[in-house]
Amino acid sequence: MPNETQTSRLRRELMVHLARGIQEGTLAERVDRLPLELRPRHPRPDPLRCCVHSERAILRYRIMALLGFGAEDETDELKPLAAYAREALARRRRDDRLLTVIDEACSACERGRHTVTDACRGCAARPCTLACPKHAIRLEYGRAVIDPAACVNCGKCRDLCAFQAIHKLSAPCERACPAGAIARGEDGKQVIDRARCVACGQCLAKCPFGAVAEVSELVDVAGALARGEALVALLAPALATQFDVSLPHLAGALREAGFQGVVEVAAGADAVARQEAAELVERLEAGEPVLTTSCCPAFTGLVRAKFPALAPRISATPTPLAVAAGLAEARFPGARRVFISPCVAKRREVLEGDGAHHVLTVEELGSLFLARGLEIAACAPVDPDLQASPAGRGFAAAGGVRAAVLAHLAGEAPASEALAGLGPDTQKALRAYASGKGPARFLEGMGCEGGCVSGPCTLADPRLAKRRLGP
Amino acid sequence: MEPLTVTICAGTACTVMDGTGLLLLEDQLPEGLRGRVRVRGARCLDHCREGRGLEAPYVLIGDELMGRATVAKVVARLEERLG
Ligand code: SF4
Ligand code: SF4
Ligand code: FES
Repeated sequence: MPNETQTSRLRRELMVHLARGIQEGTLAERVDRLPLELRPRHPRPDPLRCCVHSERAILRYRIMALLGFGAEDETDELKPLAAYAREALARRRRDDRLLTVIDEACSACERGRHTVTDACRGCAARPCTLACPKHAIRLEYGRAVIDPAACVNCGKCRDLCAFQAIHKLSAPCERACPAGAIARGEDGKQVIDRARCVACGQCLAKCPFGAVAEVSELVDVAGALARGEALVALLAPALATQFDVSLPHLAGALREAGFQGVVEVAAGADAVARQEAAELVERLEAGEPVLTTSCCPAFTGLVRAKFPALAPRISATPTPLAVAAGLAEARFPGARRVFISPCVAKRREVLEGDGAHHVLTVEELGSLFLARGLEIAACAPVDPDLQASPAGRGFAAAGGVRAAVLAHLAGEAPASEALAGLGPDTQKALRAYASGKGPARFLEGMGCEGGCVSGPCTLADPRLAKRRLGP
Repeated sequence: MEPLTVTICAGTACTVMDGTGLLLLEDQLPEGLRGRVRVRGARCLDHCREGRGLEAPYVLIGDELMGRATVAKVVARLEERLG
């Protein structure tokens, strides 16, 4: 995620090291030394953690995740990374874990605890002490103190304090998760409830310790490229905005990196817009109150999980990825299809069987280029094998799907709304739609604020990406 | 005085190593530096071979090279130089 943090930088450095190892055929040989090389005892590069040993241990788990294993799956702490690397290079398909919490890295952030800050004036009214149903607040040295053992986190004291002196501390990942899927487990480390997780990737994006990592397929894809297998790249619409180059240059770079074909998923989006427009007309005529888009799996996942009454209103039109995968199959039979994704959510869609064999994030693709020392703009441009229209490419930004669908309607367009991000505002709106009180009849839903251009696995600053997409 | 030219690399390595926020430097300049700096983007500045790309992103401030550049680092250096 493009915000100049130490954790995202570190992640990319590791990706580059691994991709280079695969390409040079030295991965298994080098990988165990990597944590030592990156965190030498002397001199120590800007320490992020308490000690070099903890940093190395965390690096080990990050590398495991990049090799496609969850930290939770470790059964033997002495199993060398080289053994994981060999397994990864030999497998045809990885398991279905999407995200992993690195407990060594997790700082076990406070969970939903109320605390009194310096703003407390020990006022005479003392509404906090009166409001507390558990009598957990007393005055000590002229200031309120909450007894953590008695506090039940009801928040009544916080609501009443005239100085807003009482704060609720919460772990950033928990606060970011729209599905309530990540929480502190028994032993204090965060655990993701896989049944509830909608794979929006917000925990990954918001954890300041980088404790949530993606379980990657970098090795699977880079390994297949190194072995010269037939692969075709399916570029998410957001890809066109990620590098400062034209699409033919990007396609040229993918060819140079070893992909046999390059397909724009936005070509699928063009077909989706047409089909969804027809579906919209049909379903509204049949008397249904509203239709929502189906292309973002984080959005549809949240609707199904938390607003089941709205779930029947999700469009039955397949996603651009599913359509494009079909087109790619016809064009490159037998080739393994690699979807290049701005997010984690699409990885879930693919794992659930939507037509691609592997997912590579934009970040990982960039690392692959870097590992090869490849400058995209210097590659010979070629046209993508399947190309899209600007409307299809517009699926990459919030509002784009709505615009593309409405453009296919004759006559007056129904009232429509575009929701982006899965935070409280969106959930409030969804609650209204679920109870039949939403203002619009066509609803676009995107998991990320700003749409896919701000996906959690992108490279370009979203503001820049949006500008590159054009109006 | 001639504005000082800041050249931001928009090449592949610099993009991958989190350099794209720098391309929006112009919008993030503090009041005192506005108009005194000319920001331009460039194709690969050809420094990414050093450190095999891991020292990217690169920025040129005048002809002074900065590796592992961030918006904050560039602004701080500009303030030092332009006062
Ligand atoms: S990916 Fe999203 S839904 Fe899943 S745990 Fe993280 S924040 Fe929650
Ligand atoms: S909005 Fe796009 S990037 Fe974000 S979760 Fe949905 S499909 Fe992925
Ligand atoms: S990509 Fe920036 S110096 Fe080469």
